[in-house]
Amino acid sequence: MALALIALIFVLAVALGLLSRYGRKMDLEQWALGRRGFGAVFVFLLMAGEIYTVFTFLGASGYAYGLGAPAFYILAYGALAYALGYWLLPPISRYAKQHGLITQADFFAHRFANRELGIAVGLIGVVAMLPYLALQLEGLGLIVEVATGRAVGAHLAIVIGTAGLVVYVVASGIRASAWTSVVKDILILAVAVFLGVYLPMHAFGGIGPMFQRLAVTHPQLFTLHTPQGTVWFMSTVLVSVLGFWMWPHAFAYIAAARDEDVFRKNAVVLPLYQLFMLFILFVGFAAIEIVPGLKNSDLALLAAAVATLPGWVTGLVGGAGILAALVPGSLLLIVTATLLAKNGLALVPAFAGERRIEFAARFLVVPIAIAAAAFAIFGSTGIVALLLLGYSYVVQLFPALVLGFVARRLVTTPGVFAGLACGVALLTLLTLTHRHIVQLLPLLPHDLVGLNDGIAALVMNVVALMLVSAATGGRWRAADVETA
Amino acid sequence: MTILRVLLGLLPFLGILAGVFFVNRVTPFVLGMPFLLFWIVAWTVLTAVLMLLVYKLDPRNRRDAAPGSSQGKY
Repeated sequence: MALALIALIFVLAVALGLLSRYGRKMDLEQWALGRRGFGAVFVFLLMAGEIYTVFTFLGASGYAYGLGAPAFYILAYGALAYALGYWLLPPISRYAKQHGLITQADFFAHRFANRELGIAVGLIGVVAMLPYLALQLEGLGLIVEVATGRAVGAHLAIVIGTAGLVVYVVASGIRASAWTSVVKDILILAVAVFLGVYLPMHAFGGIGPMFQRLAVTHPQLFTLHTPQGTVWFMSTVLVSVLGFWMWPHAFAYIAAARDEDVFRKNAVVLPLYQLFMLFILFVGFAAIEIVPGLKNSDLALLAAAVATLPGWVTGLVGGAGILAALVPGSLLLIVTATLLAKNGLALVPAFAGERRIEFAARFLVVPIAIAAAAFAIFGSTGIVALLLLGYSYVVQLFPALVLGFVARRLVTTPGVFAGLACGVALLTLLTLTHRHIVQLLPLLPHDLVGLNDGIAALVMNVVALMLVSAATGGRWRAADVETA
Repeated sequence: MTILRVLLGLLPFLGILAGVFFVNRVTPFVLGMPFLLFWIVAWTVLTAVLMLLVYKLDPRNRRDAAPGSSQGKY
C-alpha cells in the first residue's frame, strides 16, 4: 500500500513537471529563469519551498531527536534570513535584470568586471551544491526504503528518483520546480502538522505533557551545552543567515522575480510560514519516546511514523518526503548545470554562442545528476552536518557581494580574490583534517569552543579582502564600473 | 525614518543572536514549551510583526508610488 502510494505521487510529480512546459519556447532564460516573468505567487512558492526540503523533513526532526535544543537553530535562522532579504534582495534583483544576468557567477563577473572572478564564484557554488544535491537524493533513498518496509532498497530508489528528476528537469526547467513545489508544500505541511500533533498525543498525551515529561527524563535536552553551546548557536545561526541568500540557487529566484516588491512582502510572510518547522521538531522529540536508540537519527521521523501509523498514511508521509527531495533537487540541478555551462563551458571557444550553451546546460544535467547520485550512494554523512558544511562555503561570498554594492570603491578585484581564497582555503584545511578552528588556535578562550568554522573563515576573508584592496588601489579601483 | 526602519529591522537579530546568551534555560514553560524554544518562537513571530512595521513605514511600498519609482538608495 505504502509502495503504491509513493509510486503514484512520484509519477504525478514527474507528469506535472512535464506539463508545466506546455506552450513555452525553451531557451536558456526560459529554462533557467522562467523568462523572469515569475509573479509574486511563484516567487513566494520557490522561496517558501526552499525551507521545506528533505533537510528539514528528516534532518531537523533527526537533530531534535538526537541532540535536542541545537535543532532550534533551524527555526531561528529562517526568520532572520527573510528579514535580511528585505534589504539585500531588491537591489540584487534589479541589478540582475538591468544587465540580463542569469547566474550568480555572472553577477560577480559583471559587478567586478572580471570574468575569472565569475569562474571562481561558479566553482565555489558547484562545490557547495553537490553535497546539497546528494543530501536530497540520500534522503529520498532513506524515505523509500523505510516507508516501504525495505520492499524497495535505498539505492534502487535513488536511481529511479534521479532518473525521474533528470527527465522533467531537462524538459521543463525551473517551471517544473515552481509547479511541483505547490503540491509538495501542501502535502508536506499537512503531513508535518498531522505528525507533529499526532505523535506527541500518541506517546505523551499532548505537546505540553511531552515537554514536561522529557524535561524530567532528559534534563539536558532543552538547553544548549558545550560543545553545542550558546556560542555554537549564535555563530551557526549567523553563518546560516548570511549564507542563506548566497546559494547559487537562491540567485535563480532572485533574478526570476518580475517585481522586487515580492521580497519585501516575503520578509513579513515567510517568518510565519517558517513556524510549521515547529511541528517537525515536535515529531523529533516525540520519536525519542516512540523509537528510542536509533543508530541513524535522520530516520527518527520515518521510524516513528512506521511504528504508529497504518500503511497508507506511511505512504503519504513517504510521498511528501520524496517530493521534499525532488523539488529542491530539481532547482539545484538546473542551477548547477547553468553555472557550469554559462560560466565554465561558455569560455571555451567551441561552445560559444547562445544555442550551444543552452544545449550544453540541459545536457550537463545528466552527468551532474549521476555524480550526485553516486555521492549519495557511496559517501554518507549526517544530513545537517553536510548542509552546514555547504553553508560555511557559500557564506564566503557575502562580504564581496555586500561590499560590491554599498562600498564598491573600497574593494578591488584582487582583494575579492584574496578574501575568497583565504576563506575557502581555511575551510578546506579544517574539513580535510577534521579539525575545528578552536583546536588550531589554542590561545582562544575556552568559551569559544563550538564557534562555527564558517565565522572564523569569514573573519579571515574580510581581513584579506580589506588588506589586499587597500594595497592594490590604483588601476584596480573600479571607477569604470557604474553604480547600480 | 530610514534609521527607524533599520533599527526595527535589527531588533530580531538582537533578540535571537544576543538573546540566546540570557535565555538558555528550561523554565518557566510558556505555552507548553521550554523557555529557550518559546523565546525563539516568540522572536520568529515578532520578526514578522517588526518587518510588517518596516514595510508600512517604507515609502517604497506606498500604494500611490508611481510604478518604477521603487529605486532605493543604492
